[in-house]
Amino acid sequence: MRAICLYLHIHQPTRYRQYSIFDVGNNSNYYNDRIDGRQSNERIFKKVAEKSYRPMLKLLESKINNNKQFKVSFSITGTWLEQAEKWEPELIEVIKRMVDTGQVEVVGETYYHSLAFFYDRDEFDAQVKMHEKKIKELFGKKPKTFRNTELAYNDELAKWADAKGYKAILAEGWGKVLGWRSPNHVYRPTNCKHIKLLLKNYRLSDDIAFRFSNRAWEEWPLTVPKYIDWLNMDSLRGNLINLFMDFETFGEHQWKDTGIFEFMSSFIDKWLSEYENIFVTASEACDLYEPRDEISMPETVTWADTERDLSAWCSNSMQTSAMEALYGMKKDVLKSGDEKLIADWRNLTTSDHPYSMCTKYWNDGDVHAYFSAYASPYESYIFFMNILRDIEYRLNMLKTAKK
Amino acid sequence: MLGWELPPYNSGGLGVACLNMAKSLAGCGASIDFVVPYSAKHEDAKFMNILSATKISPFLRYGNGAYVSSEIEKLFIENQDTGDYQSIRDIQKDYCEYVEDYLENHHPDVVHAHDWLTYEAGLIAKQKYHIPFIAHVHATEFDRAGMKEGNKLIHEIEYEGLMNADRIFAVSETTKRIIHEKYHIPLSKIEVVYNSLDSKYEEDGYEFDDSTYKYIESLKHSGWTIISTVSRFTVQKGLTHLMRAAATAISENPKLLFIFAGDGEERNELIQLSAELGITKNVIFTGFIRGKRLRDIYSLSDIFVMSSVSEPFGLTALEAAHHGDCLILTKQSGVSEIIWSALKYDYWDEHKLAEQILAISKRPALKKALQHSIQQEYRQISWDKIAKKCLEIYNDTVKKRKK
Repeated sequence: MRAICLYLHIHQPTRYRQYSIFDVGNNSNYYNDRIDGRQSNERIFKKVAEKSYRPMLKLLESKINNNKQFKVSFSITGTWLEQAEKWEPELIEVIKRMVDTGQVEVVGETYYHSLAFFYDRDEFDAQVKMHEKKIKELFGKKPKTFRNTELAYNDELAKWADAKGYKAILAEGWGKVLGWRSPNHVYRPTNCKHIKLLLKNYRLSDDIAFRFSNRAWEEWPLTVPKYIDWLNMDSLRGNLINLFMDFETFGEHQWKDTGIFEFMSSFIDKWLSEYENIFVTASEACDLYEPRDEISMPETVTWADTERDLSAWCSNSMQTSAMEALYGMKKDVLKSGDEKLIADWRNLTTSDHPYSMCTKYWNDGDVHAYFSAYASPYESYIFFMNILRDIEYRLNMLKTAKK
Repeated sequence: MLGWELPPYNSGGLGVACLNMAKSLAGCGASIDFVVPYSAKHEDAKFMNILSATKISPFLRYGNGAYVSSEIEKLFIENQDTGDYQSIRDIQKDYCEYVEDYLENHHPDVVHAHDWLTYEAGLIAKQKYHIPFIAHVHATEFDRAGMKEGNKLIHEIEYEGLMNADRIFAVSETTKRIIHEKYHIPLSKIEVVYNSLDSKYEEDGYEFDDSTYKYIESLKHSGWTIISTVSRFTVQKGLTHLMRAAATAISENPKLLFIFAGDGEERNELIQLSAELGITKNVIFTGFIRGKRLRDIYSLSDIFVMSSVSEPFGLTALEAAHHGDCLILTKQSGVSEIIWSALKYDYWDEHKLAEQILAISKRPALKKALQHSIQQEYRQISWDKIAKKCLEIYNDTVKKRKK
């Protein structure tokens, strides 16, 4: 039996607009840019829905309806669900229908796609619970497996997830950590009793997610027979191939005219046409295979960049000071009991925000490869800090009102 | 090469740019004869032959007036036919004759002419001797006149030169666009060749002694932020916008000190404006400064603002970067095209400028990030890279000519 665990991450941040210092104390609209504005969440969401969510969900739903052996796992952030509810509610209906077939699993994570695990454990717990509640409400199921934002993983996180009773946790199958071991097995994290570790096969995942349309790549164009060949070869190293990627790979990162949809459609059919091949959800992978070995990752590993670390989110002085100031306000914000205020604050924990303040690639000439909703990392930081100032102002107003 | 000035006989950035470019080209193996319109010794330019077109002193090279277009116009209209070298036109005439004599006996591969002053001589080389002619645009008459009409005769010389040149070098994309839009030159003929900081700028042994400016240092110690700008006080530089932005910023943070270094016809207007806005306490006018004094201003400052409405390049920004300042640049300046670690705004957007000044003054993390990144970045802009690009274009032009 040879299995592919296809897992797709569905997320949109709630971007803040160009919130000025002169707005502070005057208006607290942080997240609603004009529809034609650069940070208009509505405009961006509808655009991506058109290019990616709708066509790809349609494709996956038809595969599910045509073949009981096709399975897929999603992780869907709370910020994405909120936006879909507002602007594209039928997307949620499609996912609900798919989940109801039993062939789709929804993976747990933080509601706000945050890195709270590394800043504030209580906040992290709260956001995971919020997400669980939202998923239960919408899809009627409680997540049995877990992924952290950006697949940021370490031994401590595994221990936490084990204690919470998750069956599996997802992580990057980074060669530097695995050494000679293959990502195509199920592992057990160090010091854990029950939970299993699923590792992303980053070569085969990135062949689709990053390289598919790259004409400078010597393997371009990637055809289905070629890819199936690679899968067959790689299966010799273990029978479970974990293809983890962003949902937006399909239609947004790789545009429709690259042939990505046709590729996926015929790849799924071709794989299933061989009798010993199947697709599995993350939970099913755990049921099917026993851990081969124990793996320890004391240092945090993510699925980002060549460094596979958190440096894109917390390395420069702006990022560290922004996060420090943000989490430093938590106690007062939660104590206020003001739901709107708490939601406004929590939205700022989304990891996309510190990412937009990253200067790692900013001045090394690769600027055009850099995608951001803001004109520069410095501007993003300015708006973020202005918002924190306004939240502080609101807290003070609440305090004086109570007196 | 045809130019009008070389250091130490330079009135501004043009001579410095010519010298540095010639030096780097010589370093790449080019042999250069450089024609200047005066007789003088150039100790710094041993790497090329300097030829004097006339016997006049370097101080007379712009005729009897300064390098200001309206005065030049006045000069040659009022002083027509009144003796030798009354106007710059007389000197240009002799300059052309000299170049013509020179070309009778020499056969350079390329003639490279800097700004309108030498385009007529460049034209002779092309039309009479069929030598490829490259026109190098450091500034157009539109730039010098603050995007207004300017001097018609100079426009005509520029137009004639640019139309007939085999290739055009522009110091920035902004200048390239002006050449295209105002002189109707096809874009394919124009190459952007940026400027860079004088290599000697880093090695001349300057050291900042902070005890010289006790007053400003004491302000800094009590939490003041020092913002400076260095420029000619003309409409081209957008200084009234800066002054109004200063007033807005000071209303939020009174601990801001603005240093306006330079002089020009707008001085009185600026002083009056600062009084009207009620911010005279926060504004310092230094008058025209150069050398060590100028470097001291950069060193004292936390922020350097380039507020130009139109700026072909803007070398002062790189000088300020060298002295550790954070940069705020208008998007209309050429230097902002190649500098990423800076805050940018449109010259009319006083609100945004105020916002950016406030953000740096109130956020040490932002200041640190900007300072840190610009230090790495400005060093990557080198004359050597620029010279290599020039040589490629020379060779390409010569090849095309031969066909």
